[in-house]
Amino acid sequence: MIEIQDVTKRYGENAVVDNVSASIRKGGITSLIGPNGAGKSTLLGMMSRLLKMDEGVITVDGLDVNQTPGDQMARKLAILRQQNHFEARLTVEDLVTFGRFPYCKGRPTIEDKKFVDRAIEYMELGDLRYRFLHELSGGQQQRAFVSMVLAQDTEYLLLDEPLNNLDMRHSIAMMQQLRHIVNDFNKTVIIVLHDINFASWYSDDILAMRDGKVVYHAGPDVVITPQALLDLYDVEVTVETIQGKSVGVYYGAMTVATQRSTQPGND
Amino acid sequence: MLRSEPLPTASAAPRVILTPMVRLILIALVAAAMIVIFMTINSRGNWDFVLPFRGRKVLAIVVVAVAIAISTVVFQTITANRILTPSIMGFDALYMLVQTIAVFSLGGSRLLQVDPRLRFLVDVLVMVVFSGLLFWWLFIKSNRSLHMLVLIGIIFGTLFRSATNMLQRMIDPTDFAVLQDIGFASFNSVDPTLVGLGASIVVVMALIVAWRNRILDAMQLGRAPAISIGVDYSREVMIVLALTSILISVSTALVGPITFFGLLVAHLAYQTVGSSAHRYTVPAASCYAITFLVGGQLILEHVFNFNSSLSIMVEFVGGVLFILLLIRGNRK
Repeated sequence: MIEIQDVTKRYGENAVVDNVSASIRKGGITSLIGPNGAGKSTLLGMMSRLLKMDEGVITVDGLDVNQTPGDQMARKLAILRQQNHFEARLTVEDLVTFGRFPYCKGRPTIEDKKFVDRAIEYMELGDLRYRFLHELSGGQQQRAFVSMVLAQDTEYLLLDEPLNNLDMRHSIAMMQQLRHIVNDFNKTVIIVLHDINFASWYSDDILAMRDGKVVYHAGPDVVITPQALLDLYDVEVTVETIQGKSVGVYYGAMTVATQRSTQPGND
Repeated sequence: MLRSEPLPTASAAPRVILTPMVRLILIALVAAAMIVIFMTINSRGNWDFVLPFRGRKVLAIVVVAVAIAISTVVFQTITANRILTPSIMGFDALYMLVQTIAVFSLGGSRLLQVDPRLRFLVDVLVMVVFSGLLFWWLFIKSNRSLHMLVLIGIIFGTLFRSATNMLQRMIDPTDFAVLQDIGFASFNSVDPTLVGLGASIVVVMALIVAWRNRILDAMQLGRAPAISIGVDYSREVMIVLALTSILISVSTALVGPITFFGLLVAHLAYQTVGSSAHRYTVPAASCYAITFLVGGQLILEHVFNFNSSLSIMVEFVGGVLFILLLIRGNRK
């Protein structure tokens, strides 16, 4: 379980995450949704110890994310962000092997190599294994990075907008793979999503934020409703039930005059 | 976690003859050959004189080459950028400013009377403190974007150079001559007592880098992925910045401003060693640095009879090679 207790993050005077408390349950997919600048990525960043909070505490299974040694935390929780540009020439295999760093400190054993092999196979990267990352398309790179965090074999997986750069087919594949990982290995996935329908279709819980506060934290049937989406986005969304899932239709919707103060977006 | 399915039978590892290790050995052999040529060429007369005399020079060159190569590669790793070098950040200019201030306040003749070891240590200390403050402010405190950093570095460099120029116009001509001498990188006037001191500092730094080479590999992924796999990122950045400051200070205090070619040897290493792991790139860059400096000195002594400067040699040869590599890289 991830416990978020009275967490605040300020940039100057502006509280991007404003005294948030929530507890995210173990197992299942929890999506973070909300308009630009709501603080979703900032909250995820603090959970993953990339950002320091100004106030409050976040614990993962009782371990304070900022007090626990880095390598211990890295065996508990893995992070994947959208921008992963670097100049080093690495092959897919090199990258995935870095997922074993918390265990082997850069000297992979035979056991580590088995994890790497399986992670590569799981993301169907076998053919690209010895290719350099910079030769791959954005979607293929994205899958290589997911493969790396799979090799890391953590109970918790935090992903910041992993569907960016992915076309329809790969977006679906990504979400289905996450679903499988959660179902098969009882992992916990926490994911920032922009598309409310992906969130609705694949999440067990949705944590909806606006103006640095958590507005809803419930199942998709509660959050993906016209009233809740109006509260969140100031958009009048029609919600239909398709194949038993709530789906918002908003492409020609009316937008309502915005009620909130505009904050600089950081996500 | 993942199901224990049969292992994938997909594409087998490509067969490489020129593994990074083989390439590294070749690069090292070139450097060794260059040293042998330098030690033995045109040596008329007494070996008992020639070998220690040239050996001291070679030792100084190796110390400086290794210092520059290591500092550039690790600096580029932590900044996740392969264009930035410590010298772009205004380091050479800072060295000249420090020397100018010293001459300006003490006078050239009095400065030269000071024990060279003391001067060396004071130089290193001042540079480490200055650059440490600069790096700390730039990287840790204000966490600025990379473009901002480069811009600030260039502006600082210009500021240091202008201040140096201004002070140099105000001192008397003999002091100015002393400064000019300091300002040209040269291995001909290295104080032998300093070489041992510099060598031991560089050895310690090299051991630290060797000890942390796998962590440095992980740092290449950038901040977020490195933290995700358990690297204590800010601590490692501080270690590398301190290490870089010390290494550059040593090399600059030993022979003068010569860090310009760090960029060249680092890129040669990245392009030719066939791996981005530090256990290959750092030694390869060091060997290239040795090859270039020894080779440059060789040409300087035997072709130009000291009528040129080492910087010109190294920049000319290195620049041509670098452009060739770039063109070849584009064609692929």
